[in-house]
Amino acid sequence: MTLAELPTGGSGVLETLDLPEGLAFRLMELGFLPGTRVVVGRGAPRGDPRVYLVDGSEVALRREMALNIHLRPKEAREEEEKP
Amino acid sequence: MSDCAGCALASPSPRDLPLSFPSPRTIAVVGPPNSGKSTLFNRLTGLRQKVANYPGVTVEHRIGHARLPGAHAAVLIDLPGVYGLTPRSEDEQVTHDVLKGIRPDIPKPDAVLLILDATNLGRHLVLAASVLALGLPTLVVLNMADELAGRGGELDVAALAKQLGAPAVLVSAARGEGLETVQQFLAGGVGVPTPLELPAVSDVPRCRQWAARVGDGASYRAPAPPLWTRRLDRVFLHPVAGPLVFVAVVVAVFQTIFSAARPLMDAVASAVTLAGSGISALLPDSWVRSLAVDGILAGVGSVVVFLPQILILFLFLGLLEDSGYLARAALIADRTMARVGLQGKSFIPLLSAYACAVPAVLATRTIENKRDRTATILIAPFMTCSARLPVYALVIAAFLPERPLLGVLLGTRAAALLGLYALGFLAAVVTARLLKSSILKSEPGAFLLEMPPYRWPMPRQIALRLFDRAKIFLRRAGTVILGVSVGLWVLAHVPLHNGDLPALTESVAGTVGRAVEPVIRPLGFDWKIGIGLITSLAAREVIVGTLGTLYGMEGTSESVGLQAALRHDLTPGAAVGLLVFFAFAMQCMSTIAAVRRETGGWRWPTLQFAYMGTLAYVGAFVANRIVTFLIS
Repeated sequence: MTLAELPTGGSGVLETLDLPEGLAFRLMELGFLPGTRVVVGRGAPRGDPRVYLVDGSEVALRREMALNIHLRPKEAREEEEKP
Repeated sequence: MSDCAGCALASPSPRDLPLSFPSPRTIAVVGPPNSGKSTLFNRLTGLRQKVANYPGVTVEHRIGHARLPGAHAAVLIDLPGVYGLTPRSEDEQVTHDVLKGIRPDIPKPDAVLLILDATNLGRHLVLAASVLALGLPTLVVLNMADELAGRGGELDVAALAKQLGAPAVLVSAARGEGLETVQQFLAGGVGVPTPLELPAVSDVPRCRQWAARVGDGASYRAPAPPLWTRRLDRVFLHPVAGPLVFVAVVVAVFQTIFSAARPLMDAVASAVTLAGSGISALLPDSWVRSLAVDGILAGVGSVVVFLPQILILFLFLGLLEDSGYLARAALIADRTMARVGLQGKSFIPLLSAYACAVPAVLATRTIENKRDRTATILIAPFMTCSARLPVYALVIAAFLPERPLLGVLLGTRAAALLGLYALGFLAAVVTARLLKSSILKSEPGAFLLEMPPYRWPMPRQIALRLFDRAKIFLRRAGTVILGVSVGLWVLAHVPLHNGDLPALTESVAGTVGRAVEPVIRPLGFDWKIGIGLITSLAAREVIVGTLGTLYGMEGTSESVGLQAALRHDLTPGAAVGLLVFFAFAMQCMSTIAAVRRETGGWRWPTLQFAYMGTLAYVGAFVANRIVTFLIS
């Protein structure tokens, strides 16, 4: 499951960033770290780009990037979540 | 930059330097984007510098002198906002290089002022790891104390300072609270940090875990999410209401520029006329009076009249930036930008280009993709900058009667102005499309935009910026435009024929104008406009002063005014052609210089100048023909 598939208001825990190194690094600096919970916020009129609530801040991403950000399967989510 | 570095070194005279403890002399101000870094910098130095509630707007470091208690002085360097010190963009490169002391023009800082947002401490402490690892004396400033308390967050500053091994202080830069402590620290000197532990700074997940531990150790409780931001986004990012608000904001800005500025402009204009008659009454009829009234006052006065409009534009831009709405506008605009191959980050520089292309070209440094960046630089001058406003306002007012189009909401003149803004935007879009599908083709750009919480714009910050703008505009009126006005007056009064003044057409200026006339005749421009086009190569608004001077000398200025004179000399088709010419042409030496510096050579600015010039000529020709055909 990827970040792009989450509905507005939905949430998930990050697993991997399947992106070029520089981009992944930038995302991690903005708070997109494996194990972090992301909540989907509002977006541009047609739902792209969307705002993601992560680690205390709000970051807008395009759908093509969100498609490469993978989430943990639902079962594993509860215990490993970060504070 | 180099002379600033020079004054930085020279500022505290050797006698003032205390021998007992190392008083920091050069202090780097470092922090993530949107941490209130620039606001604090302004508070400490009183030096005006752009602050915006928008990530990455500070692209150049600024230098200011801090006023400190006692006889101490410190030189502060405001560095670009960064999340880490691994250089990946040009912003980060500047910050990294200054802190490491490897920039030739800036001395290695003696100390660091690290600004972090206390409402988002967990993530912002990640930067602290990299900065503390530098081993420079560091003071940790935790900003937004008011928001932290207001939203129910908590933090034990003393415990945090102990874990970081560096002094820490909780402040509110916006309200000016806690600044005395910062000043005392700066005056008294700060030691080298001794953190209890530091993670490997290149490992972001490790750094974040470390930050979480440090936060826990300092009993940090993150504040509740900003309620008002969520509420406002429910409207501003609503699928239907969002775009409507976006359009309404843009229309309101342009309508205000025309209607609300009117009484102010009339006031300035009457002041100029009054000064003219005052000088005429004082001076005997001589060449001195002619130079003062017809040359200087007519030239400079006709440009100064537009100061209220320009300030209103900057007021709106400042409000949008500082309130945080600009980031939402960028989000809404991203799809449109993507369609021409650009991205939301190009929207920031392009929007500032509506004020002036020079800061816009500098603001492109936040775009990491080099090709996206070059494309943005190349299209930025198509955006209707404030220097075009005087030209547009003059020609529109001369040829278009004011009538309501949509009740009180939109008049004909504001609509025409909006149309010209749209024309420039269209040219930019088409050009971007061309560039991005040919010489500047690149992979689909990544779009990452942090949305700041909404905040009340601070009148103080906006007032400082408007004051700065007015100063720049008036300085230009007092130098470039004054110089051109005087030079033009002289050229229009020589050569003398048997001691008598020549007719305007026979003067040197007239000769030059008539020499270029055949080239611009197809556009419907006469030789007077020709002189204006030549002088406006320096800066667009100069043409207004030039025409003011030229018509002023014909003795028409006092009786019928510049607008009537234009109506006499230009057909409606030629007037539209003139507007189109100014919408497209790159008549601005400052922009050309900025593009050369930022692209590292003459290749891009040359191409840009030729492209925009050709487009202007062809566009004006076509517009003239179409309008003339429609009217006849």
